[in-house]
Amino acid sequence: MQPDRTPLLTVENLEVHFPIRSGVFQRQVGAVKAVDGVSFSLQRGETLSLVGESGCGKSTTGLALMGLVKPTGGRVQFDGQEIRGFNRAALKSYRRRMQIVFQDPFSSLNPRQRVKDIIRAPLDIHKVGTPAERETRVAELMERVGLRPDQADNFAHQFSGGQRQRIGIARALALNPDVIVCDEPVSALDVSVQAQILNLLSDLQRDLGVSYLSISHDLGVVEFISHRVAVMYLGKIVEIAPKTRIFAEPGHPYTELLMRSAPSRDPRKRHSFSATNDDIPSATKKPSGCPFHTRCPLVTAVCKTTEPALTAREGGQMVACHNR
Amino acid sequence: MSEMNTATHVPVLEVSDLDIEIRGVNGAFAVVSDMNFSVRAGETLCIVGESGCGKSMTALSLLRLLPEAATIAGGKVVIEGQDFLAMDQRQVEDFRGEKIAMIFQEPLTALNPVLRIGEQIAESVRQHRKCSRREADARAVDVLRLVQMPDPERRASQFPHELSGGMRQRAMIALALACDPKIIIADEPTTALDVTIQAQILGLISDLQKRLGTAQILITHDLGVVSEVADRVIVMYAGRKVEEASIYDLFDRPFHPYTIGLMGAVPGAGASSEAGDRLADIPGTVPPLWNLPKGCAFAPRCANASARCLEERPPFEEKRPGHWAACWEHDDAA
Ligand SMILES: Nc1ncnc2c1ncn2[C@@H]1O[C@H](COP(=O)(O)OP(=O)(O)OP(=O)(O)O)[C@@H](O)[C@H]1O
Ligand SMILES: Nc1ncnc2c1ncn2[C@@H]1O[C@H](COP(=O)(O)OP(=O)(O)OP(=O)(O)O)[C@@H](O)[C@H]1O
Ligand code: SF4
Ligand code: SF4
Ligand SMILES: [Mg+2]
Ligand SMILES: [Mg+2]
Repeated sequence: MQPDRTPLLTVENLEVHFPIRSGVFQRQVGAVKAVDGVSFSLQRGETLSLVGESGCGKSTTGLALMGLVKPTGGRVQFDGQEIRGFNRAALKSYRRRMQIVFQDPFSSLNPRQRVKDIIRAPLDIHKVGTPAERETRVAELMERVGLRPDQADNFAHQFSGGQRQRIGIARALALNPDVIVCDEPVSALDVSVQAQILNLLSDLQRDLGVSYLSISHDLGVVEFISHRVAVMYLGKIVEIAPKTRIFAEPGHPYTELLMRSAPSRDPRKRHSFSATNDDIPSATKKPSGCPFHTRCPLVTAVCKTTEPALTAREGGQMVACHNR
Repeated sequence: MSEMNTATHVPVLEVSDLDIEIRGVNGAFAVVSDMNFSVRAGETLCIVGESGCGKSMTALSLLRLLPEAATIAGGKVVIEGQDFLAMDQRQVEDFRGEKIAMIFQEPLTALNPVLRIGEQIAESVRQHRKCSRREADARAVDVLRLVQMPDPERRASQFPHELSGGMRQRAMIALALACDPKIIIADEPTTALDVTIQAQILGLISDLQKRLGTAQILITHDLGVVSEVADRVIVMYAGRKVEEASIYDLFDRPFHPYTIGLMGAVPGAGASSEAGDRLADIPGTVPPLWNLPKGCAFAPRCANASARCLEERPPFEEKRPGHWAACWEHDDAA
């Protein structure tokens, strides 16, 4: 499907800094700059993937958009309206239209709850329809995600990992959201089941026009599911581009490193991986200038002092690098 | 590949007819049945399969480190010609580290949190070799250097929690290598790591293997990792081998419908996908080991299942030269 061009969601300079406190008075001694000035937009029916190493701020970005952690700065516009200006009713409607699916189907669902109650919960909270209508909707949703409606009375712990992820997706779909944040929705699943869930997500997008903000560290999954890809490094987006472009011609040296590190999947085209240690700096002690300069093969003097801005290149690609 | 000399044809590890049982609430059931394989010096054997198919149980049994609920119900494990399962506890402990060592997914389970990295390695060295404390300490720093730990003298005096995930994994590999084992068993050694760090660790392991000639059994569920490092591959399903072949034979022409399904299900494996494309998934899930179907365990998910598949379990047999599978189908191309 060709995504519509007016952005549904626009994020500008999003910032989430967690205070580091210490001492008897718990005075703030520093900050973890988990998300440090992130900007992107998301179209209707589009999938944007956030990729990057552990701790680069992918989940925190998703949680901030869901209102589950408080941003310390930046602006978010939804459907042309500034979230900050939302009154309570508008905020409630925003929360209905944004849903999230988490990585771990085992910990994100209450094992002692019946499936129908899990899927119904958002309908109850937002008082949608009569009890009978909610019942019908639950059956419809179960069918939609490939669960048998006659299992509605079963408990979450009676389901396999893949089935639990289907339950989580049904719950996220209950209120007909416009955007679903998928935080590593398949990384806890076996390949064969992972493929089932990826197909489901892809079918749902085609049929319902839902947008995904997908968080994943598996480049295979990213290549399958995305229209566009944003690469994050230490709280910043260092490259954002259409999927086909970024896989064919990665712009940022860090994107290149990620792609070079992914296994080849062809035993005749093995990479010669280097055994050299190359440890990731932490979000608490960010390098000066370009955050990637401690690992970058193209580093020059300017990289150590001046942070490069994200600038537009050909083909809708944006790259933050002095030398690229 | 060059001609291998005859010495490398002698397996350093041979497993035959291994059966492992678990005593659960519903009585005892088999988690691993009829396992047979061998590895030679310098060779990498990969074992792949879905969660719960018995990969870790197989690995742990090779060091006699099975959890309490599990027991070896039959079979043989022969290491450098010696029957490992018949040994007493003392001999077993001598063998571990010296002949066979293990690398786990989560280094914190293998490393002692209250001991400095260097002390742990030195302790293991002293357990196996007559040497002074100073020689053992020096060996610890040497192996840390071998695994390319930055600043090895300083890292030796640090505690596990003071290291990053990638460095901890290096420390555990150093611990496993400290006494020059002949065989290394690595159970998902890179699953918890970022791809960038995974690439380094895989690079490191294959580097070391080339230099030291260690035999390796690598357990993973990631076919990408397999394609990068394996010489030979065993595919397991529900506690049994369903396919075994050289890496090229397996990737060029997988035989078993489960292996074929797995390869099709990996996203990004083929040409660049268009949004809206579908992956070739395998329907259903792995059956519970305590309630396996009567015939072929894969039959409920197999598009090619026939009446015979539902009734009789297919034997594990050589379908093509050097290429084994457990399936009632015949090789159409043969
Ligand atoms: N509530 C919190 N308080 C303090 N620091 C936090 C908090 N949540 C996250 N962080 C820190 O913020 C940074 C970004 O974390 P985040 O979970 O967003 O990373 P991620 O990219 O999702 O990583 P992963 O791939 O491991 O899930 C990390 O350094 C993390 O330790
Ligand atoms: N300590 C234990 N007690 C009882 N059963 C166990 C125990 N550990 C594992 N099992 C069972 O034994 C079977 C095989 O487990 P094993 O850990 O070997 O699987 P695996 O192939 O390594 O899976 P994974 O990819 O998830 O690590 C599983 O069905 C599991 O539930
Ligand atoms: S700005 Fe410099 S250090 Fe940063 S990625 Fe570009 S070349 Fe590398
Ligand atoms: S034996 Fe039958 S059911 Fe089993 S994998 Fe072969 S064709 Fe499929
Ligand atoms: Mg995360
Ligand atoms: Mg395991």
